[in-house]
Amino acid sequence: MGTNYAHVEADLCKGCRLCVETCPHDCLEMGNEINTLGYQYARFVKHTCTACGLCYYACPEPEAITVYRDEPVAEGAVPGGAE
Amino acid sequence: MRQLMKGNEAVVYGALLGGATHFFGYPITPASEIAHAAAELFPASGRHFLQAESEVAAVNMIYGAAGAGARAMTASSGPGISLMAEGISYIAGAELPCVIVDVQRAGPGLGNIWPEQSDYNAVVKGGGHGNYRNVVYAPNSAQEMCDLTYRAFNLADLYRVTVFLLSDAYVGQMMEPVELPERAIHGERKPWALYGDAQSRGNLISSIHMSTAEQGDHNWHLRAKYDQIASEYTDWQEVDVEDAELLFVAYGISARVAISAAQRLRRTGVRAGLLRPRTLFPFPRARLAELARGTVRDIAVVELSDGMMADDVQLAVLDSATVHRLNWLGGEVPTTDLVVDRARELIPMLTTLR
Amino acid sequence: MVKHAKPGSFYDTFERKGAGQRTTHYCPGCGHGTVHKLIAEAIDEFGVQDRTIFCSPVGCSVFGYYYFDTGNIQCAHGRAPAVATGLRRVNPESIIISYQGDGDLAGIGTAEIIHAANRGENITVFFVNNAIYGMTGGQMAPTTLIGQQTTTTPGGRCEARDGSPIGMAELIDALSTPVFVERVSLADGKRTMKTRAAVRKALRNQIEKKGFSFVEILSPCPVNWKMSPSEARRWIVDTLEHAYPVRNFRDGAGEPRAAAGEPRAAAGAADAASGLWLDDEDLHSLLSSRHDFPDDLRVHDIAEQRVKIAGFGGQGVLSAGVLLANCAITSGLHATWLPSYGPEMRGGTANASVIVSVDEIGSPLVDDPTTLLAMNGPSLDAFERSVVPGGLIIANSSIVPREAERDDLRFYPVPASDIAQELGFLGAANVVMLTAYAALEGFPSPETIRHVIPHSLKRKRLEKLNLRMVDAALDYVAKNPIRLPAGQARR
Repeated sequence: MGTNYAHVEADLCKGCRLCVETCPHDCLEMGNEINTLGYQYARFVKHTCTACGLCYYACPEPEAITVYRDEPVAEGAVPGGAE
Repeated sequence: MRQLMKGNEAVVYGALLGGATHFFGYPITPASEIAHAAAELFPASGRHFLQAESEVAAVNMIYGAAGAGARAMTASSGPGISLMAEGISYIAGAELPCVIVDVQRAGPGLGNIWPEQSDYNAVVKGGGHGNYRNVVYAPNSAQEMCDLTYRAFNLADLYRVTVFLLSDAYVGQMMEPVELPERAIHGERKPWALYGDAQSRGNLISSIHMSTAEQGDHNWHLRAKYDQIASEYTDWQEVDVEDAELLFVAYGISARVAISAAQRLRRTGVRAGLLRPRTLFPFPRARLAELARGTVRDIAVVELSDGMMADDVQLAVLDSATVHRLNWLGGEVPTTDLVVDRARELIPMLTTLR
Repeated sequence: MVKHAKPGSFYDTFERKGAGQRTTHYCPGCGHGTVHKLIAEAIDEFGVQDRTIFCSPVGCSVFGYYYFDTGNIQCAHGRAPAVATGLRRVNPESIIISYQGDGDLAGIGTAEIIHAANRGENITVFFVNNAIYGMTGGQMAPTTLIGQQTTTTPGGRCEARDGSPIGMAELIDALSTPVFVERVSLADGKRTMKTRAAVRKALRNQIEKKGFSFVEILSPCPVNWKMSPSEARRWIVDTLEHAYPVRNFRDGAGEPRAAAGEPRAAAGAADAASGLWLDDEDLHSLLSSRHDFPDDLRVHDIAEQRVKIAGFGGQGVLSAGVLLANCAITSGLHATWLPSYGPEMRGGTANASVIVSVDEIGSPLVDDPTTLLAMNGPSLDAFERSVVPGGLIIANSSIVPREAERDDLRFYPVPASDIAQELGFLGAANVVMLTAYAALEGFPSPETIRHVIPHSLKRKRLEKLNLRMVDAALDYVAKNPIRLPAGQARR
């Protein structure tokens, strides 16, 4: 059994927070680090993701968010690029 | 087989045989017969005619149709050509081929529907914003309305430019016998056009170059293209120039009157001849300069404008001949008598002929 | 498995924006990116990427071609619907998307969008309404709300000065031709998913050739609204949606209908299926006159004829000139025909100038006619003085009340209207006049006129009647020889 998650590509995020506010399950939050574009970027933090895709559609950037469903993830890892 | 038809109608015959597939029109006197004939003959031959809501829309429909690879055209007169200026500039920037016929009337503003040649600067120098030129044919008969439209599409495709026919109300309205071109020609698939298929998916039709360097390169590329056209496609007619001391220079309907005037003067012993530019861009400036350095002492530019082409003649010959401006405005086309009289008033070598 | 990822109809990297680029040029929180994504996703799902041509407007989305891996064409401000029309009329199979902002579509391009919609062009228009000009720096748009501050309405949009916000969906819905009109919003997830459905519907309609589809999308412009992306979305719900109700206006996507913009043939290529595209031979035969030029009608020597034909509009002045010019070319001669034209043709006076010559003709103007055919009194008054000495004036004596005043030319009265009326068609007085001219001048020959009449006159059913006019006129001239004018008699 895999897990659902949203991967945020850190350097493609413009920090608009729309994904954070759109997610019905509070899976995303804004981090403190600054990316190469100069923005604080969103990150995936919680495993309550249903892979509904609302964050993906809210995000104005084509490639910043990718949503995975039922994806095998190494035990203990926090998926979604919030490394 | 010769057929009697208006110059305006002849445009459509030449267009269809020249491979035109799409005509986007908007009515305006004195060009409307072109749209009338197109509305009949384009659909009757399986080609497409559409009446646009404005000249602005018509020229942008051409932009789309030419972008999709078609041989597209429109026809109008001064007020409509002014409205098309924006689109023509975009067409030049995006390097799309098309054919536009301007059946000139009197301006500025609404003016009237009688012939002037006062769109010269707007059409020959570009007309819209930016560095660009149109290739400009200047037909002076119904036969040339047909033939030059027929030729225009190949030239437009070859160089990806707008080819204008700068006609006038009389050449458009006049009926004359026309012999149709024998062979129909057609456009070919263009590697840059949008066909809505996999092969053309990567193509972009655009006039934007965001960096100054790119825009500069593009504009120099356009300039080189126009120079090449100038070296290959300058076209004019000469009558009795071999020994001419007085050279008439005129195009379109003015040339019809000027040739009569030149011939009449020659019968009175004046060594008069005529040079008729058949292309206004490119302009036969080298030939004019050559004639002016030769036997020609005086040049009479007969024009239905305040001297727009005469400026180009002056620029071509500089001070090697005296340029006289024989201008009529407001829609009046002078008779041969009037042209001869005006020439006698202005040109010293003729004063003794009184 | 990947559930939601960048659609394949976007380029992998945005090379036109810059080498290796993967982000858009849009500001953080801008709605355009989301709309782009929804469109790209729909293109993917319908499998129409190769067929799609994306029309970029002028405005923030001017660079649509950076992103969409489809055919791309960038359009002048507001003109995309006209450009799309041109594309459509050439190729019925391409999928054409016109993507426009509010300044572009509701301002400068109002005429183009209304008429493309009204023609029912089979295209899809996505109208991104953010109530402000973005690219140029936050100026008032036609859709800016009353009181909304912009850089050109620093005190807020004032209705008395600037008019009211334009509801474009409502305007489009006022037309009968469009098949699908909907206004949607990007204010939250639920609304965005409704937008997604509308985008798909609008595109599917085109694929199924149902006609014109219009989707207005209320979209945030946080930067120019001077709000955070989140505030901007709340403002859409709280304010913008009150001025622009989010709803479906029309979903007439029933049976496919014959959408406008279906050309009869593809550009430059024969469309055998339509059966309407004429090949070269058929095209030539469509354009070629069936008029023949028998050798026995040829004329080799004739003095230049400069004929002015004048009368009331409706007297057949212009067609008499055409008949004469046609006779001339049938005779192997050069000819020009120059009409009076324009408003004066409609009910006023008309005249035609015809020159017939063995030589090529210079000026087609006839200011010193060798012959004047005066169909009415005013024409004689107007042109008598211009006729060359020794010339000929033929007057329609049925209605011309006087003879010529000059005595240095030939004058011939013929009751053309009476003759024509007696034979049953007053409208053929022009043929009587022209035939009288021919009889007196010896050109064109009666045989030539008889030969040309069927080819020259538009109303074929009058052919026999016109031929009888010719006979009657010849008969009249034979019985009424021309009298020399007093001046010439004295000489």
